[in-house]
Order: sequence, then C-alpha cells, then structure tokens
Amino acid sequence: MAAVDIPVAGGHAADAHGDPHANYLKAKRGIGSWLVTLDHKRIGLMYLTMVSLAFLVGGIFALLLRIELFSRGKTIVDGETYNRFFTLHGAIMVFLFIIPSVPAALGNFFLPIMIGAKDVAFPRLNLLSFYIYLVGLAILLVSIVSGAVDTGWTFYTPYSVQSSNSVISMTLGVFVLGFSSILTGVNFLVTVHTMRAPGCTWARMPLFVWGMYATALMQILATPVLAITLLLLCAERFFGIGIFDPKLGGDPVLFQHFFWFYSHPAVYIMIVPGMAINSELIATFSRRAIFGQFAIAMSSLGLALLGFLVWGHHMFAAGMSEFATMLFSALTFLVAIPSGVKVFNWTATIYKGSILWASPMLYGMAFIFLFTIGGLTGLFLGTLSVDIHLTDTYFVVAHFHYVMMGGTVIAFLGGLLYWWPKMTGKMHDERKAKIGFWFVFIGFNTVFIPQFIMGSRGMPRRYYDYLPQFEPFHKVSTVGSWILATGLFITAYTLLEALWKGKKAPRNPWNSAGYEWLTETVPPLANFHQPPVFTRGPYDYHLATPEELATGEDGREVSFTTQMAAKESTHPA
Amino acid sequence: MANVSESVHAHGDGGGDHGAHAHPDFLQHHFDTPVQQFNAAKLGMWVFIATEILMFGGLFCAYAIWRGLDPRVFDDAHHFLNKILGATNTIVLLFSSLTAALAVRSAQVGKRNLTSLYLIVTILCAGVFLVVKYFEYSHKFHLGLLPGHCFGHPGLSAAVQNGEEVGTCLRVHADSAPVMPEWVKAADEDGHVRLLSPRANMFFGLYFVMTGLHGLHVIVGMSILAWVLYKNIKGKFSPAYFTPVDLGALYWHLVDLVWIYLFPLLYLVGKPE
Repeated sequence: MAAVDIPVAGGHAADAHGDPHANYLKAKRGIGSWLVTLDHKRIGLMYLTMVSLAFLVGGIFALLLRIELFSRGKTIVDGETYNRFFTLHGAIMVFLFIIPSVPAALGNFFLPIMIGAKDVAFPRLNLLSFYIYLVGLAILLVSIVSGAVDTGWTFYTPYSVQSSNSVISMTLGVFVLGFSSILTGVNFLVTVHTMRAPGCTWARMPLFVWGMYATALMQILATPVLAITLLLLCAERFFGIGIFDPKLGGDPVLFQHFFWFYSHPAVYIMIVPGMAINSELIATFSRRAIFGQFAIAMSSLGLALLGFLVWGHHMFAAGMSEFATMLFSALTFLVAIPSGVKVFNWTATIYKGSILWASPMLYGMAFIFLFTIGGLTGLFLGTLSVDIHLTDTYFVVAHFHYVMMGGTVIAFLGGLLYWWPKMTGKMHDERKAKIGFWFVFIGFNTVFIPQFIMGSRGMPRRYYDYLPQFEPFHKVSTVGSWILATGLFITAYTLLEALWKGKKAPRNPWNSAGYEWLTETVPPLANFHQPPVFTRGPYDYHLATPEELATGEDGREVSFTTQMAAKESTHPA
Repeated sequence: MANVSESVHAHGDGGGDHGAHAHPDFLQHHFDTPVQQFNAAKLGMWVFIATEILMFGGLFCAYAIWRGLDPRVFDDAHHFLNKILGATNTIVLLFSSLTAALAVRSAQVGKRNLTSLYLIVTILCAGVFLVVKYFEYSHKFHLGLLPGHCFGHPGLSAAVQNGEEVGTCLRVHADSAPVMPEWVKAADEDGHVRLLSPRANMFFGLYFVMTGLHGLHVIVGMSILAWVLYKNIKGKFSPAYFTPVDLGALYWHLVDLVWIYLFPLLYLVGKPE
C-alpha cells in the first residue's frame, strides 16, 4: 500500500452513516442531514455558527455600552437599560460564547482527528449537547424579550432574589447551558481515555488535546456546583427557603462562594482552551518541537487543579475572615506558576525557531503578549492591599478582558484561521487576514489600556456616569472599540469570503507535523482513510518525513503504512 | 429523528472498511471492539455520576454550614420527620439496589426472564419509595412546614406574616400562648408540642430541596430502568452485550447512595454533645 486509495464517488455503497471515505461535507446532503448528524465535525461546525452569532450579539451590546460611555450623562440609553446591556453582554459572552467556543466548536472538530479516532465516544450525546445549547439559548432569548435582567452576569443575591422575574428564566437558561457543557466535557474525557489511536500515547498526545482534557475535567467537576447554586436561587425565589437571604437567617456571601466555586474554574474553562490552541500555533509556525511539551501538558492540569482552590479571590472585599483572604491570596499567586511555565515554554520554542509570519502566528504572538499583560495584572488583584484599591474598578474589567478577549478570543481567531483550510477545504486571503489582525490588535489595546489607567485612578466598574477627569479615557476606549469591531468584521469577511472565493486548500498549508494535517483535506467522514498508527509525536519535526511536512497540493492523506515501514528503527522521544 | 435511532445499532456492511474482524450488531461504527465500547460507556457513566455527586455536594455543603451554625435548631426540627417512614424507605431502597445488582448478574449470564423480574422488582421498590415520600410530604404541607408558609418569606408571604393566612400551623396546633410571629408551634412526630425557631426554616428548606432533588433522581432512575426493561423484553441484551443494564443499575446505586447519606443527616441528626 504505497498510497492511500481515494475512493471514487459511488465506489462504496452508503450505509446509515454515509460512506466513511466520503468528504464529510458531501457525504450526505440537505439541511436534514445536518440537523440529525452524529459526525463530530458537522456538530463542531454547527456549534461554530451558533457561538459566532452569540459573539456578534454580545459584541453589539459591548459596542452599545461603549457608545453610551462615550460622553458623560445620558448618551443613547438610560441607566436602567445600561444595566441590562452590561448584564446581557456579560451573560451572552460568558455562557453562550466563550465557554462553548473553543471546546464545542474547534475541540469537537479536531479532538477526535488529533488522536486518530473516528468520532467522539458518544456521538449522540454530542448532538444532544448541541440541542441543549439551543434550548438554553432560547430560554436566554425569552428572558431578554420578557424584560431583561439587570443583575450583572454573576446574579448576586440578595438583589437577584428581588429584581425582575426574568432572573429566573435567565438562571434557568444558564442551568440548561451548563448541562450542554457537562455533556461535552464527559464526551471529551472519555474519548481521550478510550479512543486514542495506536501510537498516540499520553506522552505524544497533542497539547491541544491536553488542553481540552484539562478543560473537560473542570467542566465536569465545576459545572454541577453552578447547577445546584442556580437551583437554590430558584428555590429561594419560589419557595423562600432563605439560604441566601439574611432576613431568613441565610447568607448572601454563601451564594458568592457557591457561584465562584464554579465561576473561577469557569474562567480557566475559558482560557485553557485558548492556551491549548496557542501551543499548536507556536509549534507549527516556529517549525520546531515545542519546548517542554510535558511541562505544558502538566501546566494545563495544574491550572485545572488550582482553578478549584482560588475562588475566594473574587470576594476579598465581600466579607471573609482575614485568614481566609490570606490563604486565597497565597493560592492565587500559585496560579502564576503554570501560567508562567506556558509563557516561558512558548517563548523558548520561538527562540531560534524558523518562524513563518502567517496570520495565525500573528494571533499566536499576540496571545503571548496580551495574555502576559492580563496575567501580570492578575497579580496586582491577588495582592490583598492593592486589591482593596482596585476591586470593582475598570482595572478589573481591563484585566479580565486581557485574559478572556486578549487570550481566548485571540487564540480562537488564530485557531480558526489556522484550521480553516482543513475544516472547509478553502484557503483564506492571507493579506486580508493580516490587515484584520492589526485592526483587532491595535483596537483591542486602545479599548483596554485606558481602562487600566482609569481603573487605577478609581473609576468604578458598571457605573452609568462618571467624573469629568475620566472622560478622555472613556473617549479613547470607545474609539478603540470601533477599531476592534472593524478588525473583527474584516476577519469574519476573510473567513466567509474563502468559502466562495478561496482557492482549494492543500493537505498541509502550514507544513505542520501535527496529526490533524496528515489526513485528507477535507477530512473524510471517518477522519482517516486508513486507521492511523502514529510513529512519532505531533511536534517531532526531526522525525517527520518530507512527505508529511510537504504542502500536499493534491490534498491527499499521508499513508501510514509507508511511514511505519520507513521508521521501524526510530525511537520515539 | 429516524436517522438517529437507525444509526444506534448498526453499522451496515455497505461502506465497511473496518478490517477483518466482524462487527457485531450492537457495536457502534466508531469503536473498534466491543471491549472499547463497553469501557467508554462505563467510564462515561462514572464521570456522569461524579457530576451528580458534585451537584449534591453543594447541598451537603450548605447543610454542613447551617447545621454547624444552628445545631440545636436542627435537632428541634428533625423531630418533625418520621423516623419509621424514613427507615422503611431506606430498607426499600437498599433492597432495590440488591435487585438491581442481581439484574446485572442475570443479564451477564443470559437469563433474560430473571433480569426482567429483577428490574420489575427494582422499579416497584422505587414506586413504594415515592408513595411513602408522598405521605411524608403531604403531612409536612399540612403542618405548614413548607418554607414560605409558616416561615414567612418577606417577598412571598407578606400576608402570611401579618396574620390570617399564617398559620395553618399556628391556628391548628398552637395553643393560645402568645407566640412571636415568626416562631412556629406545632406537634412533632412523637406528639410533643414544640416551639420552632424561625431559623428552622433552613432545616426544612434543605429538607425539601435535598429530598426533592433526590426524588427527581428516583423518577429519572425509574424511567431509565423501565427503558432497560423494555429493551430486555425485546431481547436486545446478551452475555456479550448488556451495557445498558449495567449502567442503569450503576445509576440506581447512586440514587440509593445519596439517600443513605440523606437519611441520617436529616432524620437521625442528633443534639450536639
């Protein structure tokens, strides 16, 4: 078997799943075949569509917020509406966009391919998770239409027990979305444990998969606690059980403890996938084995573990014992270790690498830069005395946007551009992608650097109006939001344009050694034509054959049989 | 949806390029061997059970906090739970766990009718549990121990606090001695009239949420076992493939296990030393 047989159309009779060798986009046709598909790649694309729409809607709310803050006093909306806008911006971005973005869209598509599996372990649960996501989305929409929520995305008691009734539908929606997240997590965890192809050992497993694995662990262990918290919140409103209500002997701070016990790991559910993508980008575009592969993999698990121990740092000013605040502060500083391990290893990988400045790499480099700022400002906030000054100011807003937007969203965009050829079979226009990148990068910094400054000078977050001395900062920040939006629209256009105008993508446009680039572009329904056997790690550029690293203009899969014969004598790292 | 259910079972042989080994009917297309499929399913169920335990964990955590703060109130309040009924339910659930385990065993050795019998007994036990729970709940409702009823919630029951409505419990069970509005006076399960602190609200709140959520799990467990029973009667299982029986029973053990913790914490909780 020197080469892989690309089956001729109609060469195999299609069974219930369609021909496993057919291009997954064309194996079955019609909208109906998408709605009931069990193929992880199609489910990933459907998720991608929905999270992109959510990102658009959340982004529109962000733009409206920035316009309102452009000048003092009322600019476009009144204070009540403003409260609703920032709640919706937060809730939509967190629950509908960032949490499902990387795992459910890109992870769904690439995790099985990158471990050489035919699908995730539970394809039907995968589809179910998508529909549960849609139900959660619908419930959130209902709560928006029925009078909107103004509690902020954190639903703090006692306000959330007293404010409008949409809080219930909103929490119910988030509760349902949590189930979707849990199902994805269970699926990934089991897939990684039981479905790796021969040769894809734990030591060789791609770092993207390691990141997804750590994320899955957090989704599984943290989300149920959010579920019970929101359930208690509903019980509080309907039955008055009083667990969070001081009038009934309850404690509103307990809500914060429960909430952040989920939501701090949730922050890592958002950022670890971004780091996972970035490890792939940095290795591919530096064209060398990633430095400290094992350390990066373990640092993902380290973040997953530490994520459960630091929730109290959201509550330094909420009323905890001094001992508890000191403990949480110390634990928070520990987070710097796995984060630092990643940043230093990426930097060491780039050092003396053969760097290709393609658009995904620009995002990869931006990730390191922006995440480092986001991470280091986190240390300010973890320091007790400094936090008393900075808590609930724009400093916090800027800090988490540097991590969430500057980290996860940047990595998400980089990952999209990186994998777009494999997903769609079309190459995007690199020039437009790079122009889009510079708009995003400059716009993003223009939005949030002023927020760091005004936060450190005492501008409180979530305020509708502000003192005259903050006006220049708000103006710059708002203008930045327009630059950022322009960049995002250019990038979206670049990706969509590729679909109808893009050139046919080769098998391995970035000459990567990664496993996912070995398969055909576009991948067949069963992901590989031959059951893959991996004889080297995904970053072993020194062991990869020229055939594997070649662009592969015809898009055909690399033959694993010849590979194995060629490398019988090599010893895996 | 036809597509979905079709694809459950099988991979036809049409497109198959799965190598030499035969594909049994129950083996899904993306697994290589039945063992791999079984291991994936079993791990998935255990992980799902871990999420369930964490969900209940939040409630147990709340319980630990309030029990730690108000041990005496918890002691007073727990006298309103019927230990006999609680113990009966414990025995019923333990027995049902035994029959669930026996169902797995009989499926493993291919005794289909016996499996059905054990499953039916398990489901019946679950039914008995719910009926007992129904009587317990309705008695609590009657006493007005539902939070928000006697234990006034400012938002829900302003009227309740000010008088007329309040007090099914106050009116029926209280004597004429003046009682602070938030306090509840009622006869407990042993017939002693007790004065319950307004903070007993927390105990009954937790009681209803914890047992309510558990009751929901009993209903879900019954549905799962009923589905497994249906499949078993249709002859879908064999010694080579009985995964759903195994996993259904595993879920049922979780339901049982949660109750094993709820029973002593709620019904038998004692006074502090």
